[in-house]
Amino acid sequence: MHMKYGVDEHGYYGDFGGAYIPEMLYPNIEALRAQYLKVLDDDDFKAEYDQLLKDYVGRPSPLYHAKRYSEKYGANIFFKREDLNHTGSHKINNAIGQILLAERLGKKRIIAETGAGQHGVATATVCALKGLECVVYMGEIDMERQAPNVARMKMLGAKVVPATSGSKTLKDATNEALRDWIGNPEDTHYIIGSAVGPYPYPEMVAKFQSIISFEAKKQLLEQTGSELPQYVLACVGGGSNAIGMFYNFLDDETVKLIAVEAAGKGVETGHSAATTSLGKEGVLHGTRTILMQTDDGQVVEPYSISAGLDYPGIGPQHAHLFKVNRAEYVSATDDEALNAGLLACQLEGIIPAIESAHALAHLEKMTFNPGDNVVICLSGRGDKDLDTYIKHFGY
Amino acid sequence: MNRLQTLFANKKNNLLSIYFTAGYPELNTTLDIAVALEQSGADFLEIGFPYSDPVADGPTIQQSSEKALENGMTLNVLFEQLKQLRERVTIPVLLMGYINPIVQYGIERFCKKAAEVGVDGVIVPDLPIYEYEKLYADTFKQNNLSNIFLVTPNTSEERIRKIDRLSNSFIYLLSSSSITGSTLNVSTSIEDYYKRIKAMELDNPTIIGFGISNNASYNKACEYANGAIVGSAFVKHLATDNHLQTIPDFINNIRPKL
Ligand SMILES: Cc1ncc(COP(=O)(O)O)c(C=O)c1O
Repeated sequence: MHMKYGVDEHGYYGDFGGAYIPEMLYPNIEALRAQYLKVLDDDDFKAEYDQLLKDYVGRPSPLYHAKRYSEKYGANIFFKREDLNHTGSHKINNAIGQILLAERLGKKRIIAETGAGQHGVATATVCALKGLECVVYMGEIDMERQAPNVARMKMLGAKVVPATSGSKTLKDATNEALRDWIGNPEDTHYIIGSAVGPYPYPEMVAKFQSIISFEAKKQLLEQTGSELPQYVLACVGGGSNAIGMFYNFLDDETVKLIAVEAAGKGVETGHSAATTSLGKEGVLHGTRTILMQTDDGQVVEPYSISAGLDYPGIGPQHAHLFKVNRAEYVSATDDEALNAGLLACQLEGIIPAIESAHALAHLEKMTFNPGDNVVICLSGRGDKDLDTYIKHFGY
Repeated sequence: MNRLQTLFANKKNNLLSIYFTAGYPELNTTLDIAVALEQSGADFLEIGFPYSDPVADGPTIQQSSEKALENGMTLNVLFEQLKQLRERVTIPVLLMGYINPIVQYGIERFCKKAAEVGVDGVIVPDLPIYEYEKLYADTFKQNNLSNIFLVTPNTSEERIRKIDRLSNSFIYLLSSSSITGSTLNVSTSIEDYYKRIKAMELDNPTIIGFGISNNASYNKACEYANGAIVGSAFVKHLATDNHLQTIPDFINNIRPKL
């Protein structure tokens, strides 16, 4: 569909993408690619996916016209409420799609990586739903800062394995998941949680998340009379909620797409996860993309208060959209995000995930014309972050 | 012909290659280790350059890489050390590592430097065939560097044939689909796989690696291939006291002198 911004037959978005995987994973990736291309036109698959999204996830997620936000910022602000999905974030959209693929591939065991725990919870959930074994890799440090989600995964029957190598966060959990897959190529499917990894993952995850903008367009048409807003905003860790939110607007060049990265303590402080500001082109987790690295090509430890944005790269399609200037990549600091999260509580009665609060924070830096329509992806709810909010604000 | 091609033309059986991570356990012993290995009878060497995120490696090589990075090993430092390589070492040498440090160093600069210091080939586990052919093959060839491809028990026959066509020194057979350092269980399915490859009568010699850690696994590998590669077991050896002095014993335990 998106010829200009889409993927080519080898898995590249312009200069980015591909499948930089060791030979051990080649048969798996090849089987996955073939199966993915097959289900794209498979009515049974589509019917089952749609049904689960409707009855199990609770889609469509509302497009909520946030009136007090609109007053404050002088534009019509809409929240796309992925936080209201079952399990509390957009991650479930992808997990449902991939578990159905895994079933069709005859896989009996599912592995996943997780940062904030939202993808781990989503994966554990769909595994419970399908009665499949589930192993989730999570950085040791993230297990501490997202403890409630660790317990949730266990309740759902998943085994949570701490990643103790390297920085003990999301990137290392991803390494561990890849290593597991190398050792268990036959019975296992790896449900990657963001629009990253070797082709076909970035494309497949984007497709499963594209439901977000598919619905938003229709909802905008109903509520504003036009399916095209002036601005679309989303936070970016690996980039799955953002690409899902952008997907169906990519070819509508009048729509300004804004991706908000985590600046951590500030882009130049050495404690940041603002990949497009700090990164260079290279290869991470099987894809050619932009990543934070030293001059010697060693991956740099990112930092963000939000575990879900604490990733040193972005998906290859984002790298492409950045390079060709189709989307604008900006960042918000820890403090800006936390304040934006509190504002959403107080103005709209919504506690957003700290990840999503990064997108909200960018509103402070924008100027609008009256009547502008602005859609923000509220990718997840803040229950998992209550501890962090409470400590920060002293409630 | 590079040194690798000459070696394989002259010696067909019981080849032994050793992998070690440059900069581990100390920054500046890379060449001392290489010299000791040659003197102990190793037929060729794989010198690993460390990477922060080695997804195809198990804990032993991961930890050696972390330590090497802490010690300050970089591609610049390694090439500086290797300037004296050909004054001290005559056997073929391969560099082994992940693609990202090479991308940052610059592929042309990397290949030129490697050729300049007398490196004969490169093993990059996360550089797949499509990307190699499209982006890298010409530069490798211009610098007379052999690119080594991996084959696993799950690699299709068609793909093995393609790898055979693209290779010009040897093919690296993985004993199983695993990361480095896992223990090899010599099951019938592995023997079937070795036999299947042998029966394909490939143009290139084959060397078996991953999980070769002692005389028994080495001998088994040599029944079906031209030789074997020892990695994690040797990296473990480097963690012991007097590891330089005892390298001859290590080699002798894997492949006893006749
Ligand atoms: C609520 C929420 N939003 C956003 C993200 C970031 O991921 P992505 O960039 O893939 O949407 C996460 C990741 O855990 C998350 O939990």
